[in-house]
Amino acid sequence: MTEALRRIVVLCRKELLAILKDPASRAILIVPALVQSLLFGYAATYDLSDVPYALLDESRGETAQGLVARLDGTGIFRRVATPRGPGDIARVVDEQQALVAIRIGPDFEDRLAAGGEAPIQLIVDARNSNTAGSALRYVAAVVEAYNAELRRRGGVARSPLRVESRAWYNPNLETRWYLMPGMIAALSMLQTLLLTALSVAREREQGTFDQLLVTPLTPVEIMVGKAVPPVLIGLAQASIVLLMALFWFEVPMAGSLATLYSGLAMFTLASVGIGLSISALSANMQQAMLYTFVLIMPMMLLSGLTTPIRNMPQVLQMATLANPLRFAIDLVQRVYLEGVGLAAVVPDLLPLLAIAAVTLPLAAWLFRNRLA
Amino acid sequence: MNDMRAPAGQGGGFLFRLVSLVRKEFRQMWRDKSNMAMGILLPIALILIFGYGLSLDVKNAPVAVVLEDASPAAREAVSGLELSPYISPSMLASMHEARRLMRERAVDAIVRVPPDFSRRLAAGHAQIQLLVHGADANRAAIVRGYVEGALGTWALRRADRGAASAAPAVTIGQRLWFNAANTSTWYLVPGLIVLVMTLVGAFLTALVMAREWERGTLEALFVTPVRPTEILLAKLVPYFVVGMAGLALSLLASQFLFAVPMQGSLALVLLGSVLYLLVALGLGLVISSATRNQFMASQVALLTSFMPSLMLSGFLFDLRDVPVAIRLVGHALPATYFMDLIRTLFLAGNVWPVVLKDCAVLAGYAVALLAVARAVTRKRLD
Repeated sequence: MTEALRRIVVLCRKELLAILKDPASRAILIVPALVQSLLFGYAATYDLSDVPYALLDESRGETAQGLVARLDGTGIFRRVATPRGPGDIARVVDEQQALVAIRIGPDFEDRLAAGGEAPIQLIVDARNSNTAGSALRYVAAVVEAYNAELRRRGGVARSPLRVESRAWYNPNLETRWYLMPGMIAALSMLQTLLLTALSVAREREQGTFDQLLVTPLTPVEIMVGKAVPPVLIGLAQASIVLLMALFWFEVPMAGSLATLYSGLAMFTLASVGIGLSISALSANMQQAMLYTFVLIMPMMLLSGLTTPIRNMPQVLQMATLANPLRFAIDLVQRVYLEGVGLAAVVPDLLPLLAIAAVTLPLAAWLFRNRLA
Repeated sequence: MNDMRAPAGQGGGFLFRLVSLVRKEFRQMWRDKSNMAMGILLPIALILIFGYGLSLDVKNAPVAVVLEDASPAAREAVSGLELSPYISPSMLASMHEARRLMRERAVDAIVRVPPDFSRRLAAGHAQIQLLVHGADANRAAIVRGYVEGALGTWALRRADRGAASAAPAVTIGQRLWFNAANTSTWYLVPGLIVLVMTLVGAFLTALVMAREWERGTLEALFVTPVRPTEILLAKLVPYFVVGMAGLALSLLASQFLFAVPMQGSLALVLLGSVLYLLVALGLGLVISSATRNQFMASQVALLTSFMPSLMLSGFLFDLRDVPVAIRLVGHALPATYFMDLIRTLFLAGNVWPVVLKDCAVLAGYAVALLAVARAVTRKRLD
């Protein structure tokens, strides 16, 4: 037994050396994780910070100006154009100078004075539906606050209701807070999978796998030796993203590191199982790489990282059950943001365990039956 | 045999060598199933996932309603939630249960009407508590907006009931141009074309060429009479064809499966796509000859082409809202211009200032990258 352990350690060392031997490949293990977490941490926002708008004010009244002043006062809305007529509006929106065009009709003040409803027309460029939805909500909030003021000024009964909103786990509803934890799992998965898939394929392409087979190592030992280094590298990469989230973006972590890492370890193990199966199935490095990407892209997209799984049709939701990333992202987000303990993430851990329990023996079987 | 040795500049020899090389490349590509998996299978999978799987729209968000005050006024206050197509409220008996469901993420929000609601409502300052699950911030903000809107509308109507004069109020008549229903499918599917082209153009090409460099098979080609330009062209042609096949698939799916309107002209969509495909192919060639190693090439291609076209091109996150430094990075990427172009052509139409600017930028990138690729591919052994 100790002999087997020693052999495995030796193989692990050899594998780690093969991955880490030259500076370029050492850099490629660290730089992408660092650069991507930095870029995407900043890029990942659904919150609007700058809304260029065009204003066509045909009423030229005081109330209309008050409303516009409130819009400008948000610091988000920035007037970029004052079209002279409705025809002009089309041009500035088409050419993307303005995201929003506001048209206030000539009878705006009269209708307000009569105590009625005075509509303003809002035209939103919905080429990006998400941005359009947010811009609409922002304008609506400003108009609502303005209406409350109008009622107060007019001495009309105020709204008798106040809705007191609070957001759990992410008080300011920052997109970054849920994206960064998700990326702890997502960014490390790619290279874990790729390194594992390449490890056997490279040996086969270079003909060194046959040499490995004639050593005293059993196929299971070879597999363990091939599995451990990518797990370590995957955990190291996850740690890089975790450190970025904690100290660069300062997203507070609610849960415990021990829970987080036991989840991540389970996840990397499941990824390695998939990687080894790919590795055993492909004839050369290029195939291993291409199959990895063909697999990983749907996995990324169907992981719930960028769009909610609940919005997917039933069939695709079922398909995500075989996706370790889906469970890992849920697990990391819950531990990181909600601070849940190990017991609460069992529903995520069990599927990861199941994926590892299927793919690792499958890979071992494939090694024996396709290689030997 | 004569035309094989034809000196440079003689059309016949050039064409003959090119055609033979292209035939060889096609066969090579066809023979390896993993190439076809990437070139054809993955685009189909992406089309289905983007069209059916990805949606940022909030519909029927589960919301727990806890009425600690059973008065008619309280029931009336929350009745507006039922009418909203975005929210599906369910009545719960206790906050304890509601909190449990929220922790399990079975509901997106809790609306709590406190026991003293109707008493305080009579006094004119009632409160309703709204708790949203903030883990998915975007969804939480949308759900919060809908709930507050529904409750606020009820409150104002109640305030105005029996009042002598109606209160003046500004209302919003909203029109969403280019995507009236504001469905995310309409903006995700055109973006899909960008991803498919990037995948085939930059990624697949980088991998395939890097393999030739790594295994030294390119050097074997160098000793034949073929010229570097011919080698490059022969590599480009098959992947150009695969890329255009991916484009055709995406276009067909967008029209017939997802019914995304195409306001602009098909000719311009094709022109823009050809330009971007050339950019992507050029990028793939440059990456492969700079790295000459499959693993490195795949990583660099992923880092410089695929991930940015997903995250930094305005595909998911609007570039208007990111910090300036990131916006500059985004605007240095050709994918950003193609994304802008394709989305405008699909949803807005032939907006010439946008079309001309984007096409010019893409053409510039295509020429520059292909020139660099040609410059670094020299008959040299090292």
